[in-house]
Amino acid sequence: MAARAKGLIVVAALAIMATGGLKVLTTGGLKASGYQIGTGAHRIISLVPALTEMLFAIGAGPQVVAVSSYDDFPADTRTLPRVGALLDPDVERILVLRPDLVVTYGSQDALEAQLASAGIRTFSYRHGGIEALFQTMRDLGAAAGRAAEAERTAGAIRARLEAIRASVRGRPRPKVLLVFGREPRSLQQMYVSGGAGFLHDMLDIAGGTNVFADVPREAVQPSHETLLTRAPDVIVELHTTRPIAGAEIARERAVWSALGSMPAVQNGRIHFLNGDYLVVPGPRVGAATGALARAIHPEAFQ
Amino acid sequence: MTVSQSAIPRVDAAPRPIRARLAMTVLSYGGLAVTTCLLAPLVGSTSISLSRAFDRSIPFADNIDAQIFFVARLPRVLAGALVGAALASAGVVLQALLRNPLATPFTLGVSAGAALGAMLAISFGTAVALGPLSPVPLASLAGASLAAAIVYALATKPGRPMSTSVLLLAGVTLNSFFSALILFVQYMADFAEVYRTVRWLMGDLDIGGLAPIAAVLPLVVTAFAIFAMLPSSLNLLSVGADIAATRGVDVARTQRLAFLSAALATSAAVALAGPIGFIGIVVPHLVRLMTGVDHRIALPASALFGAAFLVACDLVARTVLAPVEVPVGIVTAMIGGPFFLWLLVRKA
Repeated sequence: MAARAKGLIVVAALAIMATGGLKVLTTGGLKASGYQIGTGAHRIISLVPALTEMLFAIGAGPQVVAVSSYDDFPADTRTLPRVGALLDPDVERILVLRPDLVVTYGSQDALEAQLASAGIRTFSYRHGGIEALFQTMRDLGAAAGRAAEAERTAGAIRARLEAIRASVRGRPRPKVLLVFGREPRSLQQMYVSGGAGFLHDMLDIAGGTNVFADVPREAVQPSHETLLTRAPDVIVELHTTRPIAGAEIARERAVWSALGSMPAVQNGRIHFLNGDYLVVPGPRVGAATGALARAIHPEAFQ
Repeated sequence: MTVSQSAIPRVDAAPRPIRARLAMTVLSYGGLAVTTCLLAPLVGSTSISLSRAFDRSIPFADNIDAQIFFVARLPRVLAGALVGAALASAGVVLQALLRNPLATPFTLGVSAGAALGAMLAISFGTAVALGPLSPVPLASLAGASLAAAIVYALATKPGRPMSTSVLLLAGVTLNSFFSALILFVQYMADFAEVYRTVRWLMGDLDIGGLAPIAAVLPLVVTAFAIFAMLPSSLNLLSVGADIAATRGVDVARTQRLAFLSAALATSAAVALAGPIGFIGIVVPHLVRLMTGVDHRIALPASALFGAAFLVACDLVARTVLAPVEVPVGIVTAMIGGPFFLWLLVRKA
């Protein structure tokens, strides 16, 4: 179960925010709880897969001593001890591993308080857009004593995103529906990107116009009527939990024919992208944005 | 509350007045239901042109107004009417069967069974579909049937009346047991799927086509055919099994038919739209306040009023925050809950 779950925490967070509705978090970064910049941590535990990836990307991989039960990227994480996740952090195991920095979700107040009373610093993660991702990476770099590497890695990702933006510049920006979850064989229980968050930012860089850009949320659950009204030119489905291929794609594509008046259906512009990395707000955001751009503007990448 | 001693009916004393009252009831409540169902598809988050929607000269594939009307709105309204009628009737029947005003279609564990089925299908990503039934509705139907079968087996003994207290206790216990299993499945599942399971529990009528309705229609029709045979016996049964027996009611048979039909209607409704709450308890009580407790009137009136009520609630759900929707189960509970409390206070 752990192997296929990476990044889903993010999707769930999006979804929960969508219904909560009140709390649209656009800023990332850290909630300092007894945390001081300047002293790099040597024994880091990360409960947030996206931030585990960042730690490895900025060269702090050797300092990571344990990860969450959902981590599986990069491969080095698979041999590390697992200490639970968002809902079930195993405080005892965390304490036994003697960390000097624990990366937590911003909502894990109880865990943060427990760790603080044990004298362990926490890096509190808040989910946000792409700019927030860069800020998180820099803050994390400072906390891990890898500020320069974090700056370099962030710069490289930014350059990659800018290159994608440049290659689709001047092209018509089709209206895109970005789907990151729905019931199989049905258009019910669908979750799509609203006008906030990193998926929306990625879509913007990839040269698409989000059909739900006007809804200031990370996740929207559209009805059939809303889908028909928004009339997307392109549909991109992100399949993160279970990759789909072959006949399964044909079956799922056929489901959309119920809404045949949408240009995307009429022109057959329904794309299925596989992979957890598509929804992880971490160092692979450039690759994910590239995949989106190739789906939306295939002619720009020939 | 309303199922009280005043329910002692005069079953065959005055056939003509009851027939006239029934006709009046069907006419007025039916009129309400039909009007609601005709008006509801005209309103939505978008404004559409009806003349364009019914313009056959435009190919359906290119006619966005027609697609909104026939794909998005009409199936929703029909599903709302069907589910509302099924849950309200099942509520009336179970309140009489259990002689308990607090009984709902979900009291006997059927919805918890359906929910467990749906949770498993969502969490393990089964791709088993049966005709027009996609995996999640299919699994919830299976779970509902399993729960109904368990409760039925526990509460019936050959040739003897059902024990309503065993029915109630078995249902309540099964509800708790399945809820624990649901929590376990949710706890073991991935976050995204947990959220989807939670969303399923809020109910959703946006089924996107007539096929799912057609799939559960045979179950609902069967249930309603049985409902139609029950009212006179339910009148006597709701007073007491012994009194009913002395008046010539085959108590065991009536109880079984009542249980099976209510379970059938509830399973179909939950498979189609998830466990939408409050319809099954608020509508029967409200209708009995207006029509009196005679099931020959109250049962058809509840079915028709339930249809109108759920279609109206769904109209609120899909328009009030457009383009974002409110899950319809939240709307029924937010309207139904306070209203029910007001009824309780007023009666007391």
